[in-house]
Amino acid sequence: MTTTPSLVAAPAPQRGSRPTLRLLRHLLPYWRRLLPAALASAGSDLAAAALMATAAWLITRAAEQPPLASVSVAIVAVRALALGRGALRYADRLLGHDGVLRAVAGFRTRVYEALVPLAPAGTPAFRSGDLLTRLVDDVDAAQDLLLRVLIPAAAATAVAVAATGAATALLPQAGVLLGLLLAVAGLLAPALVLALSRRTGPAEKAARSELAALTVDVTQGAADLAAYGARGRAEERVRGASARIAALERRGALTTSLASAVVLLLQAGALVGVTWLALRAHAAGTLAAVHLTVLAVLVLVAFDALAPLPGAARRLAEVRASARRLADLFDARPPVTDPPAPVPLPATGPLGVDITGLRVRHRPDGPPALDGVTLRLQPGRRTVLLGASGSGKSTLIAALMRYVPYEAGSIRVGGRELRDCAGADVRRAITGMTQDAHVFHATIRANLLLARPDARDADLREAARRARLLDWIESLPDRWDTVLGEDGATMSGGQRGRLLLARALLADPPVLVLDEPTEGLDPDTAAAVLTDILTATRGRTTLLVTHDRSCLTEADDIVTLDDGRIRSVREVDA
Amino acid sequence: MKPVERRLMRELPVLRRHMTYSTVLALLTAGLVVAQAVLLAAVLADGFAGGGVLIAPLAVLVALAAVMALRALLVWARGLLAQRAAADAKRTLRDRVTERLGRTGPLRPAARRHGETVTLLTRGLDALDPYVVGYLPTMTATAVVPLTVVGWLLWADWTSALVVIVTLPLIPVFGALVGMHTAQRTARQWGLLARLGGHFLDVVAGLPTLRAFGRERHQTRVVGEMADAHRRATMRTLRVAFLSSFVLETVATLSVALVAVPVGLRLLRGELDLRTALTVLFLAPEAYLPLRAAGAAFHDSAEGIAVAERVFAMLDDEDGPHALEGVRATERAAVHALASHARTTHLRLDEVTVHHPGRTAPALRHASLAVAPGEHVALAGPSGAGKSTLLALFLGFVTPASGRVEVGGTDLARLDPDAWRTQVAWVPQRPHLFAASVADNIRLGRPDASDAEVRRAARAASADLFIEELPAAYDTVLGEHGAGLSAGQRQRVALARAFLKDAPVLLLDEPTAHLDPESEAAVTRATVELMRGRTAVVVAHRTSLLPHADRIVTVRAGSLDLDPSRPTALAVSHPAPLAAFRPAPLSAPQPAPTEGLLT
Repeated sequence: MTTTPSLVAAPAPQRGSRPTLRLLRHLLPYWRRLLPAALASAGSDLAAAALMATAAWLITRAAEQPPLASVSVAIVAVRALALGRGALRYADRLLGHDGVLRAVAGFRTRVYEALVPLAPAGTPAFRSGDLLTRLVDDVDAAQDLLLRVLIPAAAATAVAVAATGAATALLPQAGVLLGLLLAVAGLLAPALVLALSRRTGPAEKAARSELAALTVDVTQGAADLAAYGARGRAEERVRGASARIAALERRGALTTSLASAVVLLLQAGALVGVTWLALRAHAAGTLAAVHLTVLAVLVLVAFDALAPLPGAARRLAEVRASARRLADLFDARPPVTDPPAPVPLPATGPLGVDITGLRVRHRPDGPPALDGVTLRLQPGRRTVLLGASGSGKSTLIAALMRYVPYEAGSIRVGGRELRDCAGADVRRAITGMTQDAHVFHATIRANLLLARPDARDADLREAARRARLLDWIESLPDRWDTVLGEDGATMSGGQRGRLLLARALLADPPVLVLDEPTEGLDPDTAAAVLTDILTATRGRTTLLVTHDRSCLTEADDIVTLDDGRIRSVREVDA
Repeated sequence: MKPVERRLMRELPVLRRHMTYSTVLALLTAGLVVAQAVLLAAVLADGFAGGGVLIAPLAVLVALAAVMALRALLVWARGLLAQRAAADAKRTLRDRVTERLGRTGPLRPAARRHGETVTLLTRGLDALDPYVVGYLPTMTATAVVPLTVVGWLLWADWTSALVVIVTLPLIPVFGALVGMHTAQRTARQWGLLARLGGHFLDVVAGLPTLRAFGRERHQTRVVGEMADAHRRATMRTLRVAFLSSFVLETVATLSVALVAVPVGLRLLRGELDLRTALTVLFLAPEAYLPLRAAGAAFHDSAEGIAVAERVFAMLDDEDGPHALEGVRATERAAVHALASHARTTHLRLDEVTVHHPGRTAPALRHASLAVAPGEHVALAGPSGAGKSTLLALFLGFVTPASGRVEVGGTDLARLDPDAWRTQVAWVPQRPHLFAASVADNIRLGRPDASDAEVRRAARAASADLFIEELPAAYDTVLGEHGAGLSAGQRQRVALARAFLKDAPVLLLDEPTAHLDPESEAAVTRATVELMRGRTAVVVAHRTSLLPHADRIVTVRAGSLDLDPSRPTALAVSHPAPLAAFRPAPLSAPQPAPTEGLLT
C-alpha cells in the first residue's frame, strides 16, 4: 500500500512543439565532435561511389584500347579508393560513437538537472520503476538520433549531391533528372515511414498497454483467478490482446517495406531515363562513349546511398516518442520553488514543528489530500503518525520536506515559516527515511556517508550499532566496502530497512522523519525493526509514520490521520 | 546457429516458413540481380559500340525497368513477409508465456518478476524484430546470392569468378579471427560497461534520497564523470570490435578493385568484350553485399537472441510442488457428485507435510485436521507458521510432499481442481483487483451475474457505500492504472466476490494489518455474515474474528496445536471461549485497543 504523493506534472506549456528539434538543440553544442564523424561517414560512402564510377570509367576507357598510361591513374585511384573506403568506415564508426557518447554524457547531466527539482513529486516517473527505466532509455535515444538518423542522412545527402553534380557536369539534362528523382526518393521514402508510424502508432500503443494490464492480472492475480475458476477467461483476454497487437503489426507490415520498394522503383526510373538521355546524347555526338557507363553507374550508386533512409526514418519515429517524453520533462514545473530571499533556518539542536490548518492538494482541481491538519511535534519527543493507506501520511511528510506546496495553513520550524525558507535548508532541518528511500549500487560506506559526507568511521559504527546493523556488516567478507546490489537486491528486507535507518540516524537532523520504515517486511521483522527505531530515537524530535500498531507503547505521542484530517491525538506521559 | 536459435526454429513453425520464403525470395532476387546486370551491360555496350538505331536499346531498357520493378516488388514482399513472421512469432511466444504462467502454481512468485514478465511480453519481445526481419533473411541471402552470382560469373568470365571465389571466404575467416581475438577483451569490458551504464538509472532512481540529504548538486558532477568513464570504456571496446567491420569492408571493396583492374587490363589487350566486362563489374559487388549486410545485422540480432533465451528460461522454469495441474486429468474423479453435497462435506488433512521450494524447513509437518460441515475453524499463530499454506492445501494450490488432503473422503489430488474450486470461495489477504470495472471484479466467479446480484453482494460485504462514491460507481475501472482502493476496501470487494459466488466452503485469510478501525469493523461484520451457513476455515491475524469461531487451531512452526480435549466438530451454536486462544510467543505484537486512542 504505497501512497507516494501522486502529484501529476503540471501540463506542459508548449506541448507538441517539435520535440525532436528541441532534443537536437540539446545535442548541437557537440557539433565539433560530430562534424568529423559525419564527414568520415560521407567520405566513406563517397569513396564507395567513386570506386564504382572510376572502375566503370576505367573499364569503358580500356575498351577503347588506349595506351596503358592513359588508364594508369584510374587504376591507382580504384585501388586507393578501395583501401580508403574501409579506413574511412572505421574512422566514421569510431568518431561517430565517440562524439555521440560525449553528447549523450552532456545531455544526461542536463536531464539530471531538470529532474532534481521534480523529485519525487513533480513527475510520475518517480512512482514507477518501469517509467524510470523508460526515461533513462529515452535519454539514450538521443544517441540514435545522431548515430542512426542524422549521420546516415548526412552521408546519403552528400553522395546524392556529389552524384548529381558529377552527372550534371557530364550531361546537364541527365543531372537534372537524377537530382530530381533523388530528391523525390530522399524525401518521399522517409515521409512514408513517418506518416505510417503516426497512423498506426496510437492503436498499437493502446493495444500494448492493454496487454500489459492484462498480463499483470494473470500474473499477480493468478491465485484469485484460479480460486474463482476465471483463469481460462482471463487467459483468453490476454490472447485476445496479443492477437490484436499481432493483427496491427501485420497490417503495418503492408506498408513498412513500401518505402524501400519506392526507392528501388525510382532508381529504376532514373536508370532508364538517364541511360536513355545518355544514349541519345551519345548518338548525337554530344557525349563521349566513356561517360555513358559512368552516368549509369552514378545513378546506381546514388540510389544505393539512399537505402539506409527508410530505416533511419523508422528510428526517427521511435526517437520522436522519446523526445516528446523528454520535452514534457523539461517543461514540467517544479512543485515547489524557493522564495527569492530565503530566510535562514537553524540546522542544529532538537527543533519543534508547529503545523496549523494545513491544506495540501495534489491537483489544483482535486480534493485536498490534507485538510485543516493541526499538529505539534514537540522538541525531543517521538510522535507516531498512524493512519490507513491514502489517509495523507506520506503527503504530510512531503509537505514537511518541501516536496509539495501547501495552499493554506502554516508549518513553522523554530519559529520560521517553511514557505519562506529554501528547500535545501528545510531538508537539512527535517529529513530522514522517506518511503522511496533508495539503496545505491555502491558500498555500504558510500551508502551511509551520503547522509553526512564528513562522518568519521566511529560515527558510522555508532549509527550502524543503533540500527542493529553493525554485527551484519562486520560479518561480511568486505565489511564496510561490501558493494550492495541494485536497490539493495542482495540484502534481505530487514537488513535494507536497518541500513536506511542507520543512514537516517547518521544524518541526525533536528527533526527526524521516518516514513513507513517497515513497509514490505514480514510482521515479525517489522516489529523488531520498529522497536529498534523507537529505542534509537529516544530524546530526538521524531515523526514516525506507520500503519503498524505494534509500536505504540514506546511512542511519546500518537496521532491518527484519517482521510486527510487528524482523527485523534494521544499524548503519552513520559 | 546457437542452440537457442535452433530451438526457435524447432518450436516456431512460422520461422521455418519464414526461412523458406526468404530463401525463395533471395533466389528470385539473385536471378533478377543477374538479369539487371546483364541487361544494363548490354544496353551500355551496344550504345558504346554503335549507337545508331535506338529501337533495340529501348526494348532492353524497358526490360531493365521491368526487372527493377520486379526487384522492388520482391523487396516489398520480403519486408511484408518478414514483418508478419515477426508479428506471428512474437504472438506465439507471448501466448506460450501466458499459458505457462497459467500452469505455474497460482501462489505468487516474487513480486520483482511480475514487472519483468510484463516488460518482456510487451516491449522486450520487440527485440526479436531485428532478428526475424533483418538477420534471418540476410542469412538465407548469404547462402543463396553469392552462389548464384559466382555461378553466373563462372559461365561468363571464369578468371573474375576465380578472384571472387578466392576472396569471398576471406570475409568470414577474417571476421572469425578478429572475433576470436576480440571476444575475450570485450567480455572483460562488459561488466564494467554494464556497471557504468547502470549508474545513471541508479542515481535517477535515488534522486529523492539524494535530495533528502542535500546531495543532489554533488551528484551532477558525478553523473557527468560516470558518463565520461562509460564513454572511454565503450570506446576501448569499440576500437577492437569495429576492427571486424573494418576487415569486412576492406576485403569486400578491395575485392571489387581486384576484379575491376584485371578486367580493365584484359580489355586493354582486347582479350575481353565490354559487355562481359561491365556485367562482371556490376555483379562482383553483389556477391559481397549479403555478407556485409549479415555483419551489420548480426550486431542488431544479439538482443533478440538474448530475449528468446529469457523467454525459454521462463517456459522451462518448473515450479515443482505448485504444479498440481500436472496430475493427469484421466486420473481425476468427477467432482460433480461432490458438488451437490459440498455443504455436507468433511474437509480433512491427514499427516500432511509441505515443502516450499528453496526452503529447508517444511512449511507444514505431519499436520492433521478435520473440519466438519458447517464448522467454523479459526487458525491462529505467528506469521510464517503455515496458516496460509493450510488454506492453499484446501484450494489445491499446493500439493503435499506426503499425507493426504481429503474432501468428502476423496483425495483432492484425484479431483479436477477447477471443479472442486467451484465449491470454494476464497478471500485472500491481499486480493488482486483486476483491470476491469468494480462490477466485473465482483463478478469474477460468476461472470453472468446480473447487476442486481452484484449490488446485493456488495451490500452484504459492506462495500456498497464506498463503491457508490467512486467516480463511476460500479463501472469504475480498478487495477494498476485504475482507481486505488484502500486495503479495507479491497478486502470488502473480495468479500463481495465470495458473497456472489455463494460457495458452500469458505477459505478466508484475514488481512494482516493496516485497516483503520472503521474498515476493520466493517470487514469483520461482513466476514461473520459470510461465514454463516458455510463451512469456513479462516486465518485470524487479529482477535476480532475469534469469538465467531467454533474452534481455534494454533499453528506453530508448521505443526497444528489441536486441543485434544475438544471434539473435532462442535455444535455451531457454541462460540469458542476466548481463553482457548493462546498467542504464541512469536506472534504479531499485541494490537492496542483502538478505542483508547480517541481523545
